[in-house]
Amino acid sequence: MPVDAQGRLAIVGARLLRDGERVLVGVGTPNLAANIAKRLHAPRLVLIYESGVIDAYPPRLPLSIGDPDLVRTSLCVLPIHDLFSQYLQTGWIDVGFLGGAQIDRRGNLNSTVIGSYAHPKARLAGSGGAADIASFARRTIVLMPHDPRRFPAAVDFVTSPGHPEGRRRPNGPAAVVTDLGLFDYDEDGEMRLTALHEGVDLAEVQGRTGWPMRVAPHLEEIPPPTPQELEALAELRRTEGATP
Amino acid sequence: MTRFLPLEDAVREYVHDGDVLYLAGFTHLIPFAFGHEIIRQGLQHLTLCRATPDLLYDQMLAAGVADRVVFSYAGNPGVGNLPVFRRVVEAGEIGIEEYTHFELVARLAAGAAGLPFWPLRSLENDLSLRRPRPKVRSPFGDEEVPVVPALNPDVTLLHAHAADEDGNIYARGLLGEVREAALAARLVIASVEEVLPASELRKDRDHLLLPGFRVTNVSLAPWGAHPSYVHGLYDRDTTFYTEWDALARDPASVAAWLEQFVYGVKDRDDYLRQLPQDRLAALKEAARRAG
Repeated sequence: MPVDAQGRLAIVGARLLRDGERVLVGVGTPNLAANIAKRLHAPRLVLIYESGVIDAYPPRLPLSIGDPDLVRTSLCVLPIHDLFSQYLQTGWIDVGFLGGAQIDRRGNLNSTVIGSYAHPKARLAGSGGAADIASFARRTIVLMPHDPRRFPAAVDFVTSPGHPEGRRRPNGPAAVVTDLGLFDYDEDGEMRLTALHEGVDLAEVQGRTGWPMRVAPHLEEIPPPTPQELEALAELRRTEGATP
Repeated sequence: MTRFLPLEDAVREYVHDGDVLYLAGFTHLIPFAFGHEIIRQGLQHLTLCRATPDLLYDQMLAAGVADRVVFSYAGNPGVGNLPVFRRVVEAGEIGIEEYTHFELVARLAAGAAGLPFWPLRSLENDLSLRRPRPKVRSPFGDEEVPVVPALNPDVTLLHAHAADEDGNIYARGLLGEVREAALAARLVIASVEEVLPASELRKDRDHLLLPGFRVTNVSLAPWGAHPSYVHGLYDRDTTFYTEWDALARDPASVAAWLEQFVYGVKDRDDYLRQLPQDRLAALKEAARRAG
């Protein structure tokens, strides 16, 4: 059964979350992915939102990270300063789950501006908690459509820092999921293609990536979405942001 | 002693041209009634601080009340960007001072505690390179820790569930950075959904947001946070948040919206009369049903 690009990102992203992990979830596709995982293989996944919401189990996909539905189904809601200083900074968040406008080969993410900061071509929302999450989460997973403009040799602005040049930062970006394939970061901290979606060829991925891309020795094929995954995706989308 | 001036008089008395303001509330309890009154009174040259500028600052920027915005996330969560904010920043019409969420709330924590700075370990990014983040050496070891400066607004404006006759303020649900933003400010002016006798509220001590001695003025403003929400009383008007995205892309529609819902109304009650009544009823019913 065919699935659109965002659905593909969300389903494959969901598979990377392990049951019982504490995941700090960003708005948009990561939110969709985390909620798919929670409904399927990871019922004990602890969903944490930067609004301070801890352990939410929303009955429908929240539009915003401060949505009343998240609050009502949560264990508690922390003041934002407590969440960032006492839980995130101290290493209690296993996974940071982020999106962005651009990513480069070191995993630097841009969600601030396209063009120059002083004279932007397009001004975006900015960091929010993303730079802090990228600093402290044990590992960061990025979900990003594989558009050539989103995979430039260098991002226009480093909002959320990736791996420094020449070395791998232990809690830096761990995986990038795109609608073409799946990437990890090798021991040098360089992005590396490890798997392709069904029907995607290597040349297409390279053609949409702004630098000579590293490829794992044994390139795998990502299993197609299961009926359960497609059903969870459709159900979440049906109810997104709806007034009950 | 906390005063109880009506909202219009509170803004006239306590908010002045050129002030540094923090209209608090993270998704929840956003003080839209105060923001709209500031627009109506034609205040100028304000510095508007908020972690998440939200639709409120989009509306205030469209009305031209501000020279500068201090913020950490200028988006419409789940929908996209803030069209007015984007337009005025791209055109270079306002100054911006930008942080990460942790940096901004750490600035408030320092302000609330009366300290000059707050330490935090977030890695440097291109924001901190543009606006150097100094480090302090720990006197208890060799470690160097980055710091951010205190933020002390002239006035923090906030909305909450209730106040008693002594000006004690009560709120529940998601509080975000409201408490720090209030305690960091020189003056705190609040609007509330209802004023109740202390005999009813004092037993609810877990939900005290601020003691009355820290609150300059309280004004009654039912629905004062719409289109954001007040937990348990009315839900977030996500339809309006979604509609704003299209509406605000066109400066003429923003001007027409401001004319109808801000300049053209006398007060909050008048604003409420302009809205579809069935939609308000549904928001109230959703909050009531969910508890």
